[in-house]
Amino acid sequence: MPGSTRAFITNNLRAPILFRPGSALDFISSRPLGGAGAIIIVLMIAAALLANFFAPYDPLANNYGAMFEAPGVHHWLGTDSFGRDVLSRILYGSRTALWVGFCSSLFGTSIGALIGVSCAYFGGKADLFMQRLMDILLSFPLIVLALVVVAVSGSGLWNVILAITIPMIPRAALVVRSSALALRQMLFVEAALTLGSSHWRVISRHMLPNVMAPYLIMLTAFLGQAILLEASLSFLGLGVAEPTAAWGLMLRGAAVEFAERAPWMALFPGLAISLAVFAFNVFGDSLRDALDPKLRLP
Amino acid sequence: MVISIKAIMSRGFILSLLAIGAPAVLPAAEAPRPGGELVFAVGEIPPSFDGHRETTFGMLHPIAPHYSTLLRFDPQNYPKIVGDVAETWSFSRDGLTLTVKIRKGIKFHDGTPLTAHDVKATYDKIIFPPEGVASARKALYSMVDKVEAPDDLTVVFKLKHIAASFLANLASPWNFIYSAERLKKDPRWYEKNVMGSGPFIFVEHVAGSHWVGKKNPAYFMPGRPYLDGFRAIFIRDTAPRVAAVRSGQAVVEFRGFNPAARDDIVKTLGNKAVVQESPWACNILVTLNNEKKPFSDARVRRALTLAIDRNEASKALAQISVMKYIGGVFRPGSEFATPPAELIKLPGFGKDINAARNEAKRLLKEAGVPEGFSFVLKNRNVKEPYEVSGVYLVDQWRKIGLNVTHTPLEGGPYFNDLRQGNFDAGVDFDCEFMDEPDLYLLKYLSSEASPVNYARYKDATLDELYERQSRMLDVKDRLPLIRQMERRAIGEQAYQFPLLWWQRIVPHSSRLKGWKIGPSHYVNQDLRDVWLAP
Amino acid sequence: MRQYVLKRLLLMIPTLFGVALLVFFLLRVAPGDIVELKYAGSGTFAPKEALDRERKQLGLDKPLAYQFVSWIAGIARFDFGDSMWTGRPIIEEIKIRLELSLQLAVMATVVAMLLAVPLGTLAALKQDTWVDYAVRIFSIAGLAMPSFWLGIVIILGFLIVFKWMPPLTFTSFWTDPRANLAQLIWPALAVGYRYSAMATRMTRSAVLEVLREDYVRTARAKGLWERAVVLKHALSNALLPIVTVIGLEFAFLLGGLVVTEQVFNLNGIGMLFVESITHRDYTMTQALVLLVSFAFIFMNFMVDLLYAWLDPRIHYQ
Repeated sequence: MPGSTRAFITNNLRAPILFRPGSALDFISSRPLGGAGAIIIVLMIAAALLANFFAPYDPLANNYGAMFEAPGVHHWLGTDSFGRDVLSRILYGSRTALWVGFCSSLFGTSIGALIGVSCAYFGGKADLFMQRLMDILLSFPLIVLALVVVAVSGSGLWNVILAITIPMIPRAALVVRSSALALRQMLFVEAALTLGSSHWRVISRHMLPNVMAPYLIMLTAFLGQAILLEASLSFLGLGVAEPTAAWGLMLRGAAVEFAERAPWMALFPGLAISLAVFAFNVFGDSLRDALDPKLRLP
Repeated sequence: MVISIKAIMSRGFILSLLAIGAPAVLPAAEAPRPGGELVFAVGEIPPSFDGHRETTFGMLHPIAPHYSTLLRFDPQNYPKIVGDVAETWSFSRDGLTLTVKIRKGIKFHDGTPLTAHDVKATYDKIIFPPEGVASARKALYSMVDKVEAPDDLTVVFKLKHIAASFLANLASPWNFIYSAERLKKDPRWYEKNVMGSGPFIFVEHVAGSHWVGKKNPAYFMPGRPYLDGFRAIFIRDTAPRVAAVRSGQAVVEFRGFNPAARDDIVKTLGNKAVVQESPWACNILVTLNNEKKPFSDARVRRALTLAIDRNEASKALAQISVMKYIGGVFRPGSEFATPPAELIKLPGFGKDINAARNEAKRLLKEAGVPEGFSFVLKNRNVKEPYEVSGVYLVDQWRKIGLNVTHTPLEGGPYFNDLRQGNFDAGVDFDCEFMDEPDLYLLKYLSSEASPVNYARYKDATLDELYERQSRMLDVKDRLPLIRQMERRAIGEQAYQFPLLWWQRIVPHSSRLKGWKIGPSHYVNQDLRDVWLAP
Repeated sequence: MRQYVLKRLLLMIPTLFGVALLVFFLLRVAPGDIVELKYAGSGTFAPKEALDRERKQLGLDKPLAYQFVSWIAGIARFDFGDSMWTGRPIIEEIKIRLELSLQLAVMATVVAMLLAVPLGTLAALKQDTWVDYAVRIFSIAGLAMPSFWLGIVIILGFLIVFKWMPPLTFTSFWTDPRANLAQLIWPALAVGYRYSAMATRMTRSAVLEVLREDYVRTARAKGLWERAVVLKHALSNALLPIVTVIGLEFAFLLGGLVVTEQVFNLNGIGMLFVESITHRDYTMTQALVLLVSFAFIFMNFMVDLLYAWLDPRIHYQ
């Protein structure tokens, strides 16, 4: 991979060796933006988990007697072109968004971290080979790779997760590898090796826990991106399928077709996406500031 | 065929389509005004330029104005057939020989005369394509034995058997007449070049962007075309395409918009908007994999069609999609359409939905399909009208206790799965350029006999009926057989069945004159009668 | 240095080969080919024989290995072949669209820089005040908004308020700069705004860092006019990370183009890409993926060189 990418990532995401979490309250009070993000995220998770209790209607039930109803007493956020309740669909939609977001960023970052750490640990030819492989994946722009993967595997929830996971792997691997490279030279790793620990044991016990900070930073950064990417794929008709409640899907067609007749159909899901991505971004940012001493103020 | 053309008088108010069967309302005759360049939007880009090979309107709309065909449909009196380069034509007494006389003095754009030999070369390429040359609609001309050109102005088609659809197929908008000389040098020359005898001469094509043509001063019809030229702008996404007409950057988009787009256009253009509407020669078809259990059981298939509330659909979906009309195998409003009294007897087309749903549940129980049975409905990932149909069907089937997963796919995998039989149920469509039973019924033949029937069944009765009706020249003789086929295919057996027929809606600027909507967006696109008001 | 450049250039070859291999086989694993789609158009009664005929015409009947080798051999001679969908040479098809996409990319970058540098600097100078928060919210909001959404809002806004929309066909800047800008300025703003988010953040932290350096503190202590200090020292040192971000986010920019070109109907590379992939136009998709990957790798390479040039402390071996 181009040296500049590496340089950038190592310079800017250099993480402390040990992860020392401060208390949540401290975090919120010292970083109001990140705190706000955290609160929105918590609310979102609650909405997703409790959608069956909160949602006033069945998100899938068509009601042709109530098409395009404006926000009001019966439907707080109005109804869509099939007479489905927008609020209920947004609440259930947060499940899809979080599910796609968490799964793909978790898989992407974890697989990436494992590859990164292994590369740093073993070094040599295997490392070089994996690096070239990651370079190849990395040189596909994110959406291009996602498009190709969806085109190959078809749409549907798990295929979308796959399509978003794959481009994240090389990015995570690169970051984690650069942190792990420094670890490899550390005394305690050397010590573990001389004590006769197996490769797997050294990797899992000593190296992986110590790349937690860049891992978490990547995870939160990818979460927002994954939600946005899912919306873009849905917009291009390659995301999850109707009638599943999903924010990106709610915008597909509706954002344009009925923008004037029923602006609420496009407004609220759009807002939900922006708010979620915004929350994950500011939270991730603050997390990075908190974990990265280089950028911390004196 | 019925058309309503309504100038929009007050702001944003639209009169919907006139009842089928009412007389056509046409604007008072105005004197055509020559001159001007017509700018129109096209929603697809032309692949190659060869009409014989391609299948998309994206090729027809910009390129048809450059060519003549042998016969054509009279746009004012569809489905009447009139001559284009043909002056007269007649069948022999046994109906096996068609002799066509060509107009004298027609010239290609390069100045060479168009003769019967060019027509023969054209049809030879379509019907008997040489090795390495693709021909999309070859199968429609299987009745042709040979084509001859005894002299410069006479073409003779020799048929193997009587065929009702043959003459109309010579009016096919795809069958551009090419120069025999050019074809002889390179049978694929026309894939990348344009040289016809139509009302407009090719000027410029910028791939993916636009296509420009100018008036052919030597066109064989005196005084035509009216326009100095045309410019087709390619706009693939619906939103900017609607915006193009709203902002006046394009005068019209000929394929058609959905009702939401129509309302937006009318709102913006106000009294400068004209909306033309017609039932469209296209439908959405629910196709079932008859090889798979439980769809191999006619009771299950009938239950699936019974569960669909087409009356509600035609009201609700007509507001949000191009789907609107309830009909059987043929386009509502066409001469072959199912009479209403017969239509409501077909399962799923009746008036009482509750009774139909109860009957559906009973049939499912009888066939041993468990409550909550799950299957997958495959669909194209095109929002309109495919995904809209998918959402509707899933909800309807949920009401008789079926749990259906909707899986929209990209075009490639979708058609692949349907052709390979890798599906339970699918949202299919049927869109033809004319109301010809031979075309529509082909969809319902045994799957082996029909390349377009994905439902995977064998039915000798249907095949035999098809064969018989297609060899009768009189519509009166054909109709009983056609009705019999229809009852069997979408009724008793319910191998596959239409959801709804489409409405074609073309809202355009009031400057566009001399263009009349027809049931097919493939037909009447040579622009020779079109003119622009100031 | 020369050796380094040479080595980097040579390293591009295996990467690009890998990309070629990957895209070639990925596309062919997918069910349904271009012929299937071509004959999906209505009113076709194409029996299998017609489909096979078309496949033969496109060379799809040959073994995969043969197709791959002949494709690579063609590329070695700079012959990318013909598009399967239109039959025209790929180079020609791309040439038509490249000018627009390049211009849009440049304009979006300029917009991004014009937003990012002043805003980032301002945020750093006013760190932890409301100005800082406002800037950060503004830039992250750009990142959080789906790009198609912003484009649609712009178009609808113009349509509803002015009954106008940006021109739909491309005019070269050299023929008619006004028409050209009228079309491209809006998508450039939409893409540039998103693109600026990362750069704003980088500028902010770079300036913050420089402000903490001793020589800047000294300069400030000496009572030098604050703005002069910032401009002279901070910005010149912040240039490096900003340049990096441009290179890094180039891929991001390309992704933005894919969706934005769709919304504004721009006849560019992004549009061609989506189209060729939905048409299963193998040859075109392959060529475009290679082109984009090459552009990305090359861009990063240029950034590295620029890096060395900007910072004399960096030496490449």
